[in-house]
Amino acid sequence: MLYRENGQFKTSYAADQQIFPIAQDRIAIGLLLLVAFVVMPMAGSEYLFRAVLIPFLILALAALGLNILVGYCGQISLGTGAFMAVGAYAAYNFMVRIDGMPLIAAMLLGGLTATVVGVLFGVPSLRIKGLYLAVATLAAQFFTDWAFLRISWFTNNSTSGSVSVAGLNVFGVPIESPVAKYLFCLTVVCVFALAAKNLTRTATGRQWMAIRDMDVAAAVIGIRPVYAKLTAFAVSSFIVGVAGVLWAFVHLGAWEPAAFSIDRSFQLLFMVIIGGLGSIMGAFFGAAFIVVLPIILDQVPHWFDIPLSTATTSHLVHMIFGALIVFFLIVEPHGLAKLWSIGKQKLRLWPFPH
Amino acid sequence: MKSKAIALVAALAAFGTGTLSAPAAAQQANEQFFPLLVYRTGAYAPNGTPWANGKQDYVKYVNATGGINGVKIAWEECETGYATDKGVECYERLKSKKSTVIDPQATGITFALTDKAPVDKIPLITLGYGLAASQDGGVFKWNFPLMGSYWTAADALIQHLGKKEGGLDKLKGKKIALVYHDSPFGKEPIPLLQKRAQMHGFELVLLPVTAPGVEQKATWLQVRQQRPDYTLLWGWGVMNSTALKEAVATGYPREKLFGVWWSGAEPDVKDVGANAKGYSALALNPHGTDSPLIKDILKKVHDGGQGSGPRDEVGSVLYMRGLIIQMLAVEAVRTAQEKFGKGKVMTGEQVRWGLENLNVDEKRIAELGLPGLIRPIKTTCTDHMGSTAVRVHSWDGTTWKMQPDWYEADKSVIDPLVKEAADKYAADKQLKRRDASDCNA
Repeated sequence: MLYRENGQFKTSYAADQQIFPIAQDRIAIGLLLLVAFVVMPMAGSEYLFRAVLIPFLILALAALGLNILVGYCGQISLGTGAFMAVGAYAAYNFMVRIDGMPLIAAMLLGGLTATVVGVLFGVPSLRIKGLYLAVATLAAQFFTDWAFLRISWFTNNSTSGSVSVAGLNVFGVPIESPVAKYLFCLTVVCVFALAAKNLTRTATGRQWMAIRDMDVAAAVIGIRPVYAKLTAFAVSSFIVGVAGVLWAFVHLGAWEPAAFSIDRSFQLLFMVIIGGLGSIMGAFFGAAFIVVLPIILDQVPHWFDIPLSTATTSHLVHMIFGALIVFFLIVEPHGLAKLWSIGKQKLRLWPFPH
Repeated sequence: MKSKAIALVAALAAFGTGTLSAPAAAQQANEQFFPLLVYRTGAYAPNGTPWANGKQDYVKYVNATGGINGVKIAWEECETGYATDKGVECYERLKSKKSTVIDPQATGITFALTDKAPVDKIPLITLGYGLAASQDGGVFKWNFPLMGSYWTAADALIQHLGKKEGGLDKLKGKKIALVYHDSPFGKEPIPLLQKRAQMHGFELVLLPVTAPGVEQKATWLQVRQQRPDYTLLWGWGVMNSTALKEAVATGYPREKLFGVWWSGAEPDVKDVGANAKGYSALALNPHGTDSPLIKDILKKVHDGGQGSGPRDEVGSVLYMRGLIIQMLAVEAVRTAQEKFGKGKVMTGEQVRWGLENLNVDEKRIAELGLPGLIRPIKTTCTDHMGSTAVRVHSWDGTTWKMQPDWYEADKSVIDPLVKEAADKYAADKQLKRRDASDCNA
């Protein structure tokens, strides 16, 4: 009906290869961006920004980074929290030790530091695969947990081991109010999402996917596994590191290593699995599912005035959440993004069955 | 079709903004709203639950006895699970309902909320925890670590050890170990202990335990090797009972083991039972069911089937702590009402003034039904703690036995440290000290 390609003819390669070849998709994305950038800042409440949208955006960015590594290159990583922590602490140190360090520069430097560490911990991937690699990246997680707890230089000799930042601004514009924080995160996420989407459509991206699908065959046709795997680790760690900077600086403001614990790594891995491996959109779906759903479930008893104790509600949230994860993975092992694209395929031909 | 989906999403988003920001419980305009951040689930639930129940019981009790000068209390609980990000979400969720005062129940959440409090104008009560430096009201306008911080706790413990030895000078050459939860909570006392170690010439051995603290074999191996004369335990939740079990396994005498007040409650020793006999910990608050207040709560709240938790939990150490936290919060509202109008609902700013001008003297303590069980608490513009008095109680295998001596933190030791830390914080955050005109404002 409304979602048809009839009459949309492509007369150039560029038009045929654009991200959204269907006009309706372009309009929809345009509207979505309009809502996100213009309507939301005017209509959203402080709670919505601070407790829902900002964490969602930042974790979606981290999931995006992880998806490059796990979804596109097939290298399972359990050290995402570690690379977030590296980004956060590196940026903190750049801010504290260099006077007048701008936020954007600190953020990118944090990302670059995470890149270096990520490549370092990516080296074992040249030798080992699958579950064995997952355990090797787990080492990164435990190592950073230990380092940021025990090496006081990283925390600027803070006695309590907790560090905090203040007075964030971009080109003199303070990033203090919830709306400013939201817009800042949104901008960063949009830029990175676009960059990641385009990167996966380049030769490099196709090399990652070749390595993922069959590394021996990829090597036979001339793809260098070393280059492909390490670039995936580098790009992924960079994005995850930037997400770590945002999580620490923008969302928490004051943090300790526990903010980037193994739980965070698992949370992000579940996001990419539920959202959809090897899909940019999947990162957003996964983040929405994991961040927003528990918050909504938590408040359902309140909306309907069901007298449930706090503990019962909390346990129920865990149960329902777990059941939903199982349900979605049974219905569609390839994640929510796959469900979305199946839906779109069906709509193209609707009301005809095929 | 696609645009329909978008419209649907937009509608959902609009619905979400509406519902997520709407107050959940219908709140009367003439009610004082208390957000209760609690954790009844997760690794720290055994300790968090009595604390939460104590808070809630006191609120119900105040309502049962006519409210605060006639102002009834509304409250809502939010489960943090002791996690900082969940705590921030809870804070934001309940903030929109004109929160009176926040007790985060976790050091990590306190750190995250300390930056938000001045902006949102909601005071934080961190009774016996939080940032040690925040007792300096000149810098931390919105933080109230009432009755003690980790520094005053560490100070009292060293004084207690000195007393046992027959004088602080006798600590010279002794070895004191600190087994601590490797997080801001556990690290806080270290600067003070280092200072005391310099003063008295004892050796301080630092033994961190990775959170949550179920694995302590390596730590106690160190204890076995180092043989410290005394060991201080700075744990929370499951870490405490694990440490006691390890001490038993290591053969470390429990008489030489001293806990902070977060390591001295029933859940910490219950599993170890008679084996923990001789272990002592600081007692920030009294416990038991003999006080007039507790009898009254049992009568007015629990007998009416309104109790938040099981009846036999009433009067336990952490239940009492929750109760006293809530009691002081209510007293702050009462104090604020004296100035800003009796029988009115107080804003966060007015309650902050109340917290800064608390004066809970002997007479008032008796009226509250805890005669002689807590020491007077008097806060000022510069001192946001009000009292550092603390006792020690020992576990005799079945109950915690209170020891008579009161300890107060040595001002000459604490104050310079507090000032230095507060100044450093102010410099980091580009804050100015409040000038005198800001007091009583």
